Amino acid sequence: MSDAPIVGRSRPVWVRVVGLAGLVTTALTVWLGLWVTPPDQKQGNLVRLVYLHPPIAWVALYLAFGLAALSSLLYLWRRTRSLFWDRLAAASVEVGVVFNALTLATGMLWGRPSWGVWWTWDARLTSTALLLVLFLGYLALRRVPADPEVRAKRCAVAGLIAFVDVPIVHFSVVWWQTLHQGATVLNADLSPTIHGSMAWTLLLGFVALTLVFVWMVAVRYRIEVLADRTGAEHLEISLAERWAEGGVAVPTAPAPSNGSVELRPPSPVGQ
Amino acid sequence: MWRDALLVAGKDLRIELRSRVALWQVLPVAVLSLVLYAFALGPVRHTLASAAPGLYWLAVLFSTVLATQRSFAIESGEGTRDGLRASGIDPAGVFLGKAAAVAAELAVLQVVLWAAMTVLFGVHLHTAWLALVASLLATLGLAAAGTLYGALSAGLRVRETLLPLLVLPVLAPVLLAASRAWSGALSGSVSDGVSWLRVLGPFAAVYLVIGIVLYGPLLEAG
Amino acid sequence: MDPVLRLRGAVALTGRFPALSGADLEVAPGEVVSVVGPNGAGKTTLLRVLAGLLPVSAGEAVVLGVDLRTDAASVRRLVGLLGHAPALYDELTATENVRFALRAAGVGAERGGPALARVGIAGRLARAPVGGLSAGQRRRVGLATLVARAPALWLLDEPHAALDPDARTLLAELVAEAVAGGATVVFTSHEPEAASALSDRQAAMAGGRVTDVSPGSRRAKLSAVGEGGSNVA
Repeated sequence: MSDAPIVGRSRPVWVRVVGLAGLVTTALTVWLGLWVTPPDQKQGNLVRLVYLHPPIAWVALYLAFGLAALSSLLYLWRRTRSLFWDRLAAASVEVGVVFNALTLATGMLWGRPSWGVWWTWDARLTSTALLLVLFLGYLALRRVPADPEVRAKRCAVAGLIAFVDVPIVHFSVVWWQTLHQGATVLNADLSPTIHGSMAWTLLLGFVALTLVFVWMVAVRYRIEVLADRTGAEHLEISLAERWAEGGVAVPTAPAPSNGSVELRPPSPVGQ
Repeated sequence: MWRDALLVAGKDLRIELRSRVALWQVLPVAVLSLVLYAFALGPVRHTLASAAPGLYWLAVLFSTVLATQRSFAIESGEGTRDGLRASGIDPAGVFLGKAAAVAAELAVLQVVLWAAMTVLFGVHLHTAWLALVASLLATLGLAAAGTLYGALSAGLRVRETLLPLLVLPVLAPVLLAASRAWSGALSGSVSDGVSWLRVLGPFAAVYLVIGIVLYGPLLEAG
Repeated sequence: MDPVLRLRGAVALTGRFPALSGADLEVAPGEVVSVVGPNGAGKTTLLRVLAGLLPVSAGEAVVLGVDLRTDAASVRRLVGLLGHAPALYDELTATENVRFALRAAGVGAERGGPALARVGIAGRLARAPVGGLSAGQRRRVGLATLVARAPALWLLDEPHAALDPDARTLLAELVAEAVAGGATVVFTSHEPEAASALSDRQAAMAGGRVTDVSPGSRRAKLSAVGEGGSNVA
């Protein structure tokens, strides 16, 4: 897993291509969603959020955190251990947290007109909120300074534990009494009334946000590698400073053969 | 692994018996929190009684954080963390032992807390066995997850603030499920309550297994 | 004969700081080696790396035939480390502490009693919580664990600190007994001359590396004939 392709002088071509594609498709989705597709019978124009909210949620919950969990696992497994997976996990979690927050925000925007409240302890919202805090903890853990391998191991474990909690949270919250008897707003409206232009736009939305996700993770990963590079350079400097400490002559006990104290200059150890 | 677990559990519990930190600090805070809840919610019996299961488990949840922090503070004496690792003891055994000790402390705590709750909030257990089983499973889950996260944040300078942030979201499902189960046990709607055991059981099992498997690498990372 | 331990260019990090910045050291079986140097030179780090507690980021490190880079955990049962602060639980008694340490290391706990007696902690002293003992006494309890475990490699971090002359004699005796039993001993010290008198070789450290290795005078003291044979004050 060489990092050379991604940390060239500037971002590599494929990242730019993906970024551009993401931008274009997202713009297209927005245009289609806002102007071209028809409003819904029940929800009117509000339904247009369906082109963004589910794709964002899909990216956050499945793509980002799924990738993070997989990467954490691969890091911990000896056969595939490599800092590549650690960095990928970190980048993924960070992007995932952003998308998670966006999921909540778009969810609230949708909910306010529909339910009359900004927030409700609906199953999806609740578990999504909990997920957010869960992975904020991961990010907090990552900021604690440590040797890269040590930090990677610790964060990989934390990531896995957090991810394992996801289905548990999901199941328990779904069984909880909800405002809509277990079915969410999304399900209610994503039933077969979506077809034609709406379906295509929705599909485009998924594609668009997946591209955006890939781009963001690639960029973030690159930053992570560069950051670690500077860390390594700091290490070189620290090593040099450390050796300089040892540059001062160190007095040792006199050898038995002569009784005078002698300052020996540091030399490589000869065995 | 089991032998080492018993060894570590015995050591932790013996230290607790001598120092009585859990007894004199964690337990009073838990009881105190029940009183504070009453202040926060108002003295109306009815409100408190319906909120009782949730408040009880909230108190247990925070006590878990305290008990876990205490468990790792035991090893914060100079050299003891190194000593434990340097002895070559099975890390999975350390995990199980510590979790068992925390679970034991939580169990004792819950007995007292339950008595306090009966008195302060005026609730009566309709279906005792449900409450007991829910408690058992929840306690195991809390102890396992707490010990796991305690190890994750042990030795880090920001441990006190990091541990709650890390562990409370993970424990949230236990809070939810245990409260619902106890609510069922208090009101007598057993089938409702029992369904929540289906969350508590797997939670405890999953985190115990994860702890056994991942504790080794975790200790290395310290 | 295979060396008990070999380090070549070993680098070990504490956080981001290179506590060991490329250490070289080789110790033969049955040797007593002292490691001296100013504060912050990396002596304690060296011992912790040898004990398998601190990972090696770069370089070569082999202890008792085990490669520390891949399998530090296996080394731990083979090596006995007595740190600056002995790993004791304040609330437990000396006897309980030693028994716990022995059982944790997979060794029979019954060896604890005689070991404690050997270091002079017995009777009421052994039954009191360790938190109330003096630093010297705590150090002795730590030594007792080491004696009872009898590992192949002894790592002692500043064992002479906080020890009165009687205790120092005891330590010398224990080291001699250990070596006679086939063990190898590496210890750190702030006092080069005193340490040299007790060791076969002395390594000087500074800035995270071993800068010099010179002969010690232990063998010279033990045998009237030998290399040089002159006294060291």
